[in-house]
Amino acid sequence: MNATVADSPLEEGRRAHLEEQFDEPAQQHSAASLGMWIFLATEMLFFGVLFTSYTVMRVLHPAGFAEASRHTDLLLGSGETAALLTSSITIVISLRALKLGQRGLATLFLLLTAALGTGFLVIHGFEYHSEWEEHLIPGVRFLQFGPHARAVELFEVLSYLLTGWHSIHLIIAVSVVLGLTYRVWRGAFGPDHFTTLELAALYWHLVDIIWMFIFPLLYLIGRAPV
Amino acid sequence: MSAIDAGIVPQPKPESAAPSFYSGDQSLRGWLFTRDHKRIAILYTLSITLFFGLGGAAAAMIRYDLIVPSGELATEVYNKAFTFHGVVMVWFFLLPSIPVTLGNFLLPIMIGARDLAFPRINLFSWYLFVGGGAFVVAALWAGGVDTGWTFYTPYSTMFSNTNVYLAIIGVFVTGFSTIFTGLNFIVTTHTMRMPGMTWMRLPLFVWGLYAVSVVMVLATPVLAMTLALVGLERVVGVGVFDPALGGDPLLFQHLFWFYSHPAVYMMILPAMGLASEVISCFTSRRVFGYKFMTYSMLAIAVIGFMVWGHHMFVSGMSVYAAMVFSLLSFLVAVPSAIKIFNWTATLRKGDIRFTAPMLYALGFVGLFLLGGLTGLILAAPALDEFLHDTYFVIAHFHYVMVGGSVMAYLGGIHFWWPKVTGRLYSERLAKFAAVLMFVGFNVTFFPQYLLGYEGMPRRYHSYLPKFQELNIISTGGAVLLAISYALPVLYLLWSLRYGKRSPPNPWDARGLEWQTSSPPPKENFLHPPVPREAYAYDEPAL
Repeated sequence: MNATVADSPLEEGRRAHLEEQFDEPAQQHSAASLGMWIFLATEMLFFGVLFTSYTVMRVLHPAGFAEASRHTDLLLGSGETAALLTSSITIVISLRALKLGQRGLATLFLLLTAALGTGFLVIHGFEYHSEWEEHLIPGVRFLQFGPHARAVELFEVLSYLLTGWHSIHLIIAVSVVLGLTYRVWRGAFGPDHFTTLELAALYWHLVDIIWMFIFPLLYLIGRAPV
Repeated sequence: MSAIDAGIVPQPKPESAAPSFYSGDQSLRGWLFTRDHKRIAILYTLSITLFFGLGGAAAAMIRYDLIVPSGELATEVYNKAFTFHGVVMVWFFLLPSIPVTLGNFLLPIMIGARDLAFPRINLFSWYLFVGGGAFVVAALWAGGVDTGWTFYTPYSTMFSNTNVYLAIIGVFVTGFSTIFTGLNFIVTTHTMRMPGMTWMRLPLFVWGLYAVSVVMVLATPVLAMTLALVGLERVVGVGVFDPALGGDPLLFQHLFWFYSHPAVYMMILPAMGLASEVISCFTSRRVFGYKFMTYSMLAIAVIGFMVWGHHMFVSGMSVYAAMVFSLLSFLVAVPSAIKIFNWTATLRKGDIRFTAPMLYALGFVGLFLLGGLTGLILAAPALDEFLHDTYFVIAHFHYVMVGGSVMAYLGGIHFWWPKVTGRLYSERLAKFAAVLMFVGFNVTFFPQYLLGYEGMPRRYHSYLPKFQELNIISTGGAVLLAISYALPVLYLLWSLRYGKRSPPNPWDARGLEWQTSSPPPKENFLHPPVPREAYAYDEPAL
C-alpha cells in the first residue's frame, strides 16, 4: 500500500514481519506493546489481592507479623534483590544492542539476564530450605510455639503466596529469556524486528518491580526488636 | 410473514457476488482453528447458548421447587440447583454474552478493521472459556456444588462437602478468557480504527465494549486470585479467610464484591451500547447527547469500582463506610439516568418503526429502569437492612441482568442476524417472542419484589404458606419466559434454511457493518468503507 516509504531495507524487513490484520508496522508494534501493558496491569491486580490480604492481616496481627519477619534472612534477601535489580539493566542493554544490530552483545546480555534470574531463584531455594529446617512451612511442616504462632503461620502463608507466585513468574520469565537468547543468537531478530524482546523486557521489569514491593514487606518492615 | 411490512428497506443492488466468511475452509478444523473473529463469534454463540440452556434448566428446578411452601425438592438438591444456576448464568452466559458474540463479530467491522488486534489470543480465549465450562459441568457431574455462586467463606472453605474445587477451577480458567477478551478489545479499539474513524465517531456499541473491557481487565484478576486463595484454604487448611485460622471472612467478601459488583456492570454496559444502536436505527435519528452517552458509560465503569460495599451493609461494616458506599452507589444512578433520558429523548419525534429488535430494545429500557430504580432502594443502608437477602434483591438484579442484559442481547441477535447469517427471520414470530418475553419476565419477577418486600428470604427451598400465591404466579411466568426463550431458537434456526436472503442493509442503518455484504467476506470489506459521524440518519445511507 504505502510503497513510497517502503524502500529502505529496514522498512522492508519490518513489513516482512507484518501480520495480516495490520496495515502498518508501527500499528503492529503499538498494538503489541499496548497489549503487554494491559496484561501487566492485570498482573498488578493479581498481586494486589495478596498485598491487600497482607495489609489486612498485618493490621489484625501486628506483633505476630513483626515476630515472623525476624525469621527472614536479610542477607540472602538483599542478595536476591541485587541480582534482580541488575538483571533489569542487562535486559535493557541487550534490547539496545539488538536495535543497533549487535547480535553478539545482545545474546551475551540476554544470557546474563537469565543467569541473574536463575541466581535469584537459587538463593531463594536456599531460603525455602532453611525455612523447612526451621519448621516454617505453613500447613505442611509448621511447628512454632508462643502466643503468636497462629499469626506467624498467617505471615508464612502470605509470604509463600507472594514469593511463590513471584517465583512462578520469574521461572516463566527466565524460560522466555532463554528461548529468546537462542533465537537472537540464531539471528531471528534484528533492528527491524525486536518487538518480542521488548515485550519480554517489559514483563521482566514487572517481575522485578513486584519484588521491590515484596522485599520490604516481608524482610524489612517491623523486624527491629521492640 | 413478510419482512418488508416491518420496515425493512428494499434495496436495489443485491451484491451477492462477494464470497462470505462461511465459504472458506468448511471442515471442522477450519472452524476449530480459525482466527477469523466472525467464526470465533459463532463458536462462542453456540457455546453460550448451550450454557444458557443448562442454567435455564437449573432455574426451572428452582421455580418447580417453590410451587409449594414445603418445597418440592430436597434441600441439598435445591441448594445445588441455585448454585449451578448462578455460576453458569453469571460466568458462562451473562458476562460473556454480548461481548464475545456480537462484540467479537462486530467490533472490528464497526471500526473498519480486518480483525481484532490478536486473532490467536481471541481463539485461545474461546478454548479457555470452553475449558472452564467443562470444569463446571464436571462439578455438576460429580454431584454439584452448594455454596451459592458467591462462594462465601468459611462455608466454602471449611464446611461444604461438595465439589467446590471443580467449580472454582472452572471460574478461574474462564476468568482468563474474560481477561484476554477485554485486553484484545481495548487494544483493537485503540490501534485498529481505520483512518477517519475517530473516537467521537465510534458507535456507542464500541464505546460500551471499550468500557466493559476496561472493567473486565481490572476486576477479573481479583476474582481469580481470591478464588485461588479459597481453593488453597480448602486444600492445605491454611489461609486468610477462616477466622479459626486467624483470618477474616469479611476480607473475602470485600475481595469478592470488588470483582463482582463491577461484574454487574460488565453485563449491562455492552447492553447499553447495543440498545443505543437499535433505538437510533428504528427512530432514524441520531442518538440524543452522543457525548454524554460515552461519558456516562465511562463514568459507570469507573464509579462501578467503588460501590462494592453496598453488598455488605449487614456484614458488619462501619457505619461511616456504609455511608460512603451508599453515596457512591447513588452516584451510579446519575450516569444511568442520563442514558435512560437520552434514549427517551432519541425516541421523541422520531420516526419509530416497531420491529422485533426495537421491541427488545424498548423492553430493555423499561426493565432496566425498574431494576435500576429498585437498586436505589437497596443502596440505602437503612432499607437494605430489611431487604438484604430477600427476594427483593433477587428481583432487582434479575431486572437488570435478565430483563436488561438478556433482552438487549436478544435484541442485538435479531438486529444483526441478517448481517451475520445473511437471512431474514419471521418478523411476526419475532415480535410475538419479544412481547411474550417482556410479559413473561414481569410475571416471573415482579411478584418477587412483593415477596421480598413481605420478607421472603432468598436461598431457602421452603417458605411460609402466605407466600404461595405469588410464588405460583412467578413459576407460571417462568413458563412463559421459557417459551419466549425457546421460540427465537426455533425460528432463527428455521430462517437459516428457509429465510429470505438479506440485502446488505435491511434496516436502513448507518454503521460501517451495513456497508459490507451480508454475511461479510472474510476480510470484512471488499472496498474500504466510508467512516462518518456515528448515526448519520439525517444523511442518506451509503
